[in-house]
Amino acid sequence: MLGRVHLKDHLFETRLITNRAILLLVAGGLLLSILLVRLLYLQVVSHEHYTTLSEDNRVKLQPLPPNRGLIFDRNGILLAENMPSYRLEITPEQVDDMGATLGALEDIIEIRNTDRSRFEKLLARKPRFEAVPLRFHLNDEEVARFSVNRHRFPGVDITAGLARHYPQGPLAVHALGYVGRIDEKALKVLDSSNYRGTSHVGKNGIEKTYEDLLHGKVGLQQVETTAQGRIIRVLKRTPPVSGSNLYLTIDSHVQKAAEQAFADFSGSAIAMDPNNGDILAFVSKPTYDPNPFVNGIDYDAYAALRNNDKEPLFNRALRGQYPPGSTVKPFMGLAGLETGITSEHSKTYCPGFYMLPGKDRKYRDWKRTGHGTVDLNSAITQSCDVYFYDLAQSMGIDRIHDYLQHFGFGKAAGIDIQGELPGLLPSKEWKRSRRDQPWFPGETIITGIGQGFFLVTPIQLAVATAALANGGQMLKPQIVHAEQEAESDELQPHHPQVLETLTIGEQQHWDMVIHAMTDVVHGARGTARSIGKDSPYMIAGKTGTAQVFGLKEEEKYDADAIAEKLRDHALFIAFAPLDDPKIAVAVIVENGGGGGSVAAPIARTIMDAYLGKPTP
Amino acid sequence: MSMILSPHREDASQRGWQYRLHIDVPLLITLVAVSALGLIVLYSAGGGDIELVERQLVRLGIAYTCMLVVAQFPPRLLQRLTPWLFVTGILFLLAVLVGGEASGGAQRWLNLYVVRFQPSEMMKLAVPMMVAWYLADTRLPPNRRQLLAAAILIAVPMLMIARQPDLGTALLIASSGIFVVFLAGLQWRLLAFFSVLVAAAAPLIWHFMRDYQRQRVMTLLNPESDPLGSGYHIIQSKIAIGSGGLFGKGWMNGTQSQLNFLPERSTDFIFAVLGEEFGFFGILLLFAFYTIIVIRGIMISIQAQDTYTRLLAGSVAMTFCVYFIVNTGMVTGVLPVVGLPLPMISYGGTSIVTLMAGFGILMSIQTHRKLLPT
Repeated sequence: MLGRVHLKDHLFETRLITNRAILLLVAGGLLLSILLVRLLYLQVVSHEHYTTLSEDNRVKLQPLPPNRGLIFDRNGILLAENMPSYRLEITPEQVDDMGATLGALEDIIEIRNTDRSRFEKLLARKPRFEAVPLRFHLNDEEVARFSVNRHRFPGVDITAGLARHYPQGPLAVHALGYVGRIDEKALKVLDSSNYRGTSHVGKNGIEKTYEDLLHGKVGLQQVETTAQGRIIRVLKRTPPVSGSNLYLTIDSHVQKAAEQAFADFSGSAIAMDPNNGDILAFVSKPTYDPNPFVNGIDYDAYAALRNNDKEPLFNRALRGQYPPGSTVKPFMGLAGLETGITSEHSKTYCPGFYMLPGKDRKYRDWKRTGHGTVDLNSAITQSCDVYFYDLAQSMGIDRIHDYLQHFGFGKAAGIDIQGELPGLLPSKEWKRSRRDQPWFPGETIITGIGQGFFLVTPIQLAVATAALANGGQMLKPQIVHAEQEAESDELQPHHPQVLETLTIGEQQHWDMVIHAMTDVVHGARGTARSIGKDSPYMIAGKTGTAQVFGLKEEEKYDADAIAEKLRDHALFIAFAPLDDPKIAVAVIVENGGGGGSVAAPIARTIMDAYLGKPTP
Repeated sequence: MSMILSPHREDASQRGWQYRLHIDVPLLITLVAVSALGLIVLYSAGGGDIELVERQLVRLGIAYTCMLVVAQFPPRLLQRLTPWLFVTGILFLLAVLVGGEASGGAQRWLNLYVVRFQPSEMMKLAVPMMVAWYLADTRLPPNRRQLLAAAILIAVPMLMIARQPDLGTALLIASSGIFVVFLAGLQWRLLAFFSVLVAAAAPLIWHFMRDYQRQRVMTLLNPESDPLGSGYHIIQSKIAIGSGGLFGKGWMNGTQSQLNFLPERSTDFIFAVLGEEFGFFGILLLFAFYTIIVIRGIMISIQAQDTYTRLLAGSVAMTFCVYFIVNTGMVTGVLPVVGLPLPMISYGGTSIVTLMAGFGILMSIQTHRKLLPT
């Protein structure tokens, strides 16, 4: 093409460009029409659809979680309350550099590794415009520190809510239980519509048993929100109904005295009003603080509780099953009298051991030298084993079973806390069906002194003792005294329930047994005379010592030589005052040794606390 | 000379102050109308933030000043400066790629110590000017060798900008160059050939796209696949526009906009605010203004007196057309999200200055015409 001169044809070029320009204009117009069609589709054809979506965006149905009911003791002392609680939340969308923000936050607020990992897990799961909690339960100082620095942290906010708090800490924790975060297991059981917006649920104890009452009814509000969920205004509102308050039968003063009386011992004590079944003290030792459980106890602290040899998490009052030991003797004595096997004046010679006719095995008395000739009164007072070996042998296991079951042994006492165990009252039938074994005569003998297969829970023992005190009424133990609906002044009492009234053959038989129990405490040779000496009121009681492991025939029990874990359990049952019983107590001290020396003083402290004498 | 064919002739007596000031009145009035509408929408999009509007006013002031200054340059001078402008632009782009400042994941800024400066903005004008400059001296329609040269002039800056990466601007610059070539009489069969070529290269382009760019295409095809992630923008803007209906929810009453459901609502997605609060008729009004601007630009192109100015004016007008169609297409969900603002309306950006400088060129072309004998 070199060298050729192109003459520009201006006329042609002008026409060309003009034509092309008009073509482009037409093409632009076509594109614009496509857009207009699209807009007509969006704004006219689908208008209703998008209006609905826009309303759905704008208006949110928000659950209003009810306030959980409070729990008081019988005197109105607060045991479980709802405290304002502040939590720190981060809206990821509004944070430019999450790492830097967390780092800077750490300088003013403590963030543990567990907080961080939970936060990161939630962060990955939630949409970016939704706030993710980083820390719960900020204290006032942390709230103040953050507020001062707030301008440095866009997208970070503090929100207030209510959290369960147990102001008395570990007091009566095994009765109260605690609430915890709703987990997937709980979600399946709960009514999901009523629990919309609720984060916590009763995990055990009263908090669990009375969950329905305590929780209340969820409210709803229609709100207009921003995309970030910030509420602009409330359009419609159905307020929530708070949960009912509960008044327990527990007397914090008695409870505290009882827990302290155990000192470092493990065990359980139940104090009950024999007139109505009110549980005055519900002790399982050791205790623990329920507060850390509310928002998820951290792993180490939980492991420490779990691996603790003394098993603080174990609810001994409800689920501890112990051999009743000699505390069963008053019931055995009554059984003997009422069935006519023995009488007030029939005597047995105690040489320090008992032998079945034609057998070599010696069943030893706790007193190696023997008690000599004893009647029922002295057998109970001094806790002679041989007398009851003989009585049991004469009665036979099935008659023992049939009589003692009226006192509630072998089946759950029915307290209004979930998880109670039934203990075990053996019989031939039981052994055949459960163990597929025949009953041996020797097993009857040791049942007579509350050993062998025989197992009771502290609650059962207390209920049975109360029945001795009130003349044969088997009361349903109850821990809730009254409930109170939200915003109501009226208390709705829980009425006492008599489960069974024992038939009394002869009043004299009962009087005799109770007289013997009085001698246990106040008699010159009573096994619990140490607590009777200075008592301003009369007590009827019975000591017990339950073997944790069996001694061979000729072995001698030496407490010091035996590992603490294998030492005998010390038991004591009692009621007082004698002429108008107001309190019945069952105390079990694990590996405590002697019933008279260890368990009885605890029972005395409990009774003193309740009957008005200030504890020393 | 070949006097005849400008659509209408100017008469000395018709020339007034607008010629002395080098202002095209119809264009100016329409631009002011769009700016005013833009400020009204922006005030609402910002949630009633008057400071935002004030800052935008300052920016508009600079942009209008720039337009008027550019309008004073005679097209001859612009034509003479064109190669220098283009070469400088390329050097700046090189500098950006080597040592530019990153912002939002892309390297677009050049710090000249006095001002932070986006060379790609400069290229929006420099590329069509350069292609027009080159083709103006040839005989139209361009032959293959000339087309190849033009293609290189377009492709080099485009690829450099695409590498930053700034896909939206790169496409805009490419189209501004292509418009010049098309106006210059690109043969239809070659156009068809290139279209087929581009379609065939699509998988290759896909291969070179960044993840987020691919994501945007996928989102366009099915926004509901990720309603809280990348599809969120499109879903929310469709809801905003659709719920606006024919008449809109009223100024400051758009729930999507006012309650923050609509992301980027004062910048790239401001069109959805207009659609929600002023409805279909509000959009029609804006489109009417835009159409007047484009038609006026094409008229200026047709009335221009030499090839360079014809090509340049046509390209400036059509690039503006593409600009707003791409933005509205993206907000209404018919085009992928490429990150272009709505011209004259969206808050911020240096792009408005470039845009107005382009209109300044149009005004210069229109008002520096020689008087033709009747």
